[in-house]
Amino acid sequence: MIHLLSQVFDTQFLASAVRMTTPILLAAMGGLLCSLSGTLNVALEGLMLMGAFGAVAGSFYTGSWLAGVGLAVLLGTLTSVLLSVTIIKYKANELVVGLAVNLAALGATTFMMRTLWQVKGSFIDPRIAPLPSWRLPLIHHAPVLGKVLSGHTPVVYASWAVVLIINYVIYHTAFGLRLRATGENARAAETLGVRTKKLQYVAFILSGALSGLAGAQLSLGLVTLFLINMTAGRGFVAMVAVILGQRLVAGVAGASLLFGLAEGLTMRLQGLRIPPQFVLMLPYLITIITMVLLRPRHPRPVLPEEARKAALEETP
Amino acid sequence: MSHPRYQPCLGGNELAKVLEMQGIVKGFPGVLANDHVDFDLEEGEIHALVGENGAGKSTLMNILYGLYQPDEGRIVCKGRQVRFESPLDSIAAGIGMVHQHFMLVPSFTVYENIVLGAEPRRRGSFDRAKAISRVRELAKRHDFRIDPLARIHNLPVGSQQRVEIMKSLYRGAGILILDEPTAVLTPQETKELFVILKSLARQGKTIVFITHKLEEVMEVSDRVTVMRGGKVTMTKATAQTDAREIARMMVGREVFLQVNKADLTPGEVMLEVENLWVADDRGLFAVKGLSFQVREGEILGVAGVAGNGQMELAEAITGLRPVQAGRIRVCGQDITGNSPFAIRSAGLAHIPEDRYKHGLAKTGTVEENAIMFLHNFSPITNNGLLNRKAITEHADSIIENFDVRPRDRKALAGQLSGGNAQKLIVGREMTLNDKVLVACQPTRGLDIGAIEFLHNRIVQQRDHGSAVLLISVELDEVMSLSDWILVMYEGKSMGELDARAAAVEEVGRLMAGIGKRGSSGKEASA
Ligand SMILES: Nc1ncnc2c1ncn2[C@@H]1O[C@H](COP(=O)(O)OP(=O)(O)OP(=O)(O)O)[C@@H](O)[C@H]1O
Ligand SMILES: [Mg+2]
Repeated sequence: MIHLLSQVFDTQFLASAVRMTTPILLAAMGGLLCSLSGTLNVALEGLMLMGAFGAVAGSFYTGSWLAGVGLAVLLGTLTSVLLSVTIIKYKANELVVGLAVNLAALGATTFMMRTLWQVKGSFIDPRIAPLPSWRLPLIHHAPVLGKVLSGHTPVVYASWAVVLIINYVIYHTAFGLRLRATGENARAAETLGVRTKKLQYVAFILSGALSGLAGAQLSLGLVTLFLINMTAGRGFVAMVAVILGQRLVAGVAGASLLFGLAEGLTMRLQGLRIPPQFVLMLPYLITIITMVLLRPRHPRPVLPEEARKAALEETP
Repeated sequence: MSHPRYQPCLGGNELAKVLEMQGIVKGFPGVLANDHVDFDLEEGEIHALVGENGAGKSTLMNILYGLYQPDEGRIVCKGRQVRFESPLDSIAAGIGMVHQHFMLVPSFTVYENIVLGAEPRRRGSFDRAKAISRVRELAKRHDFRIDPLARIHNLPVGSQQRVEIMKSLYRGAGILILDEPTAVLTPQETKELFVILKSLARQGKTIVFITHKLEEVMEVSDRVTVMRGGKVTMTKATAQTDAREIARMMVGREVFLQVNKADLTPGEVMLEVENLWVADDRGLFAVKGLSFQVREGEILGVAGVAGNGQMELAEAITGLRPVQAGRIRVCGQDITGNSPFAIRSAGLAHIPEDRYKHGLAKTGTVEENAIMFLHNFSPITNNGLLNRKAITEHADSIIENFDVRPRDRKALAGQLSGGNAQKLIVGREMTLNDKVLVACQPTRGLDIGAIEFLHNRIVQQRDHGSAVLLISVELDEVMSLSDWILVMYEGKSMGELDARAAAVEEVGRLMAGIGKRGSSGKEASA
C-alpha cells in the first residue's frame, strides 16, 4: 500500500496536478464572479472550448504563443458578450442560453477545424507554438517545491495572480461590495443607485476572458493540439467548484485544486492495474460525494430531561 | 452632511413648505391609485399619512421617492419644480425612504448596508475603517444603539429598521418616508422608534409616517393627511382632530372597534396541544412543554411579546416545523408530524404570519391564490382538470365577501397592496369553514375598517362552532376577541386567564415574565 502511494504521489504527479488545476481554476473564478452578481454562467464549458480553439488558431497562423493566448481571450470574451446581452438585456433564460452556447461552441469549433485545416478528429501541426515553460527565479532550485511549482506555463502563473486579484477586488473594493450586494438583493442595491446590470455585464465578460485563457492552457499548455470537444466537461467541473467552494475565493480555489489533483490522479492511475474507466470517473465521483457531505446541516436539538420523561410516559 | 451629492432642498425660510406634491395622478391598469392628490410637508414636522388598504399611500410615496412616475401633477421642492426619474434623483434631493418590506442585504454587516452605493474610498479600494467610523459617528449623533459590525440576518426587525433609517441619514436625507414602520415592530420597539422619530424631527428632519394605528397618529404626529380611494379627504394639525374624526374620514362612516360576541358555549375539544417541544432555526427550543386545549365555539388568544415562541408554535401546529416531543390533535385526530396537507385535510385553516412567505404565491393571480388547497378537491378540480367556472365563482365570492381590491381575479397577488393581500389570504382560509382556525397576526397591515370587519368574521367563526387559536402581539386584539388568554413567555405558558376577568396590567406583567407560571389554567378558574 505504501509502495503504491509513493508510486503515485511524487513531485511529478503534484506538478501535473498544478498544470491540470489551471483551466478549472480560471473558469471557476469567472463562474464565481457571475454567481456573486446573481447570475448563472452555464456556458463556461463552451467559452473554454472557444478559447482552446482560438489559442491553437492564433498560434498556428502567427507562430507566436502570445497571439494564441490573445485570440483565446478575445474569442471567449466575444462569446460571453453575446451570451450576456441575451441574458441580461433580453432576459432570456440563463440555463437555456448557456447550454445553447455550449452546443454552438462545440459545433462551431468542430466546423472551423474541418474547414480551416481539413482534419477529422484532431489538429496537430509543428507550426503550432506551445506555451513556453518558465522557471520561477528563487523557487526553481528549492528541493521539492521547485519541481512542483516551477517550470510551468505563463498561464499557470497568471492564474495564481488572477486569484489574488479577484480576492482583492471582491473583498476590498467598492466594486466587490456592490457586486455581492447585487447578487444577494438586487432591488436593495438598485434603490441605492447601484447599477446592477452593468455589474452583471462586467462579471459575464470577465468570465468569458478567463474561460478563454483557461482554454489556452488546455490546448497550448497541457498539449499542443486541438481536439474536438477537448474541454471534456472541465467547464462544468468549474461550475461545481464554485458551489463546492461556497462561493468564497479561497474555497473555490481549493475546490479547483481538488479537481486538479483528481485529474492528475486519473492520469497516474491509468498506468497501474486499475481499470481506466473507473479512474476517469474519479473527479465526478469526488464531486458527488463532496456535494452530499457539504449539504447544510442543522444541529439536532437535545431534549431536556423533563421533556424526555414526558415523551416516554406518553408512549403506551 | 456626509454625502457629496447632497443638494439639500430644505433650509431657508422656516415657514416655507419643504416639499409640495400638487395634483398628482397615477393610474394602474384598472385602478386610479392617486387621483389629483395634493400633499405638502413643513420642515421639522412628523406628518402622518393614513387611509384604507389600497387608498394609494404607498403609491404616493413611491412617486415622491422616484420609484414611479406620476401621470399628471408636479413636485415642488423648496419652490423649485423637480422631476424624480429614479431614487437617485430623490436621494440627491435629500429624500430617504424606509420601505414596507425592507431593502437590506442579509449577509452584509450593518455598516456595509449603510454605505453601499456611496462607499468611502482610499486609493481606489473600499475604506472599511472609514466606513465603520462614519457609521459609528452617525449612530452616536442620533443616539441609535446599533453595532456597525453585526450582520443583518442576526438582527431583530427593530434593529433592521434602524439600519434602514440610517441608510437615509447617511445620504444626508432631510425628508424621511416610513411606510408602515410599526407593522412589524413589537410595542417596545415601536416606543423606541417614536423616540428616534421625535428626536430626528427636533433636529429639523421632516418625517412622513404611514400607519394604520390611530393611537400612533395621535401620539407622534404634528399633522395628519387622510386618503380614501386615491383622494385626500383631510389634512389637519393633529391637535385639532381626534381618532374618531380620522377614522370617519378614512372609512367614510363611523367605525366601532367593539366586537359583540355571543355568550360562550364551548363544545368538544377541537385543537389539543400536549407537552409540545419545538426548536427554532438555530436548534434551540422555542416552545418548551406547552399544553392547551381549544374547544368548539371558543377563541384562545395567545398573547406575548414577539419572539417568545409564538411563531414556532403556529408552525408546529400547521405542520411547517418538526415537533421534537409532544402531541397535537386536530378534531380528535393525532396529527403530530403530519404534512401540512394532511393537517389541513383534518380540518385546520391557517392564516400565516408572513403573508408573502407562507400565505401567497406573489407571481400567481388572485384567483390562483384563492383556490390553493381547494385545488385538490371537487368542484375546483374534476378528474384532474381545473373547473374554470367553479374557480371563477369561488374567487369572485372571496373578492366580494372580503372586499379584496381591485376587484380583479386576474391581477397578480404580488401587486395587491399589503392590506388587500392579507384580505385575500383571510378570505381563502375563512371560506374553508374548518373546525379549527389558527390565525397569526391576522390584522397586521390592515386598515381599521378592515380590522373591524375581520374581527367580526373571527367572532362569527367562533359563534358557528369553530375553535380559534389567535396568535397576536397586539394586546388589544387578544383582549377584545379572546375567551381565554394564554400568555407565552420564553416558550412557556405563564398561565391561562379568563378574558372577561383579565386586566390589561396583569397580562402585561405576565408578558414581561413577571408573575405566576404554570397552570392557573382553565380548570382552575372555570
Ligand atoms: N405595481 C402595481 N401594479 C398594479 N397595481 C398597483 C401597483 N401598485 C399598487 N397598485 C394598486 O394601486 C392601489 C393603491 O395601492 P397602494 O399600495 O398605494 O395602497 P396603500 O394605501 O399603500 O395600501 P396598504 O395600506 O394596503 O398598503 C391598489 O389598488 C393597488 O392594487
Ligand atoms: Mg402600502
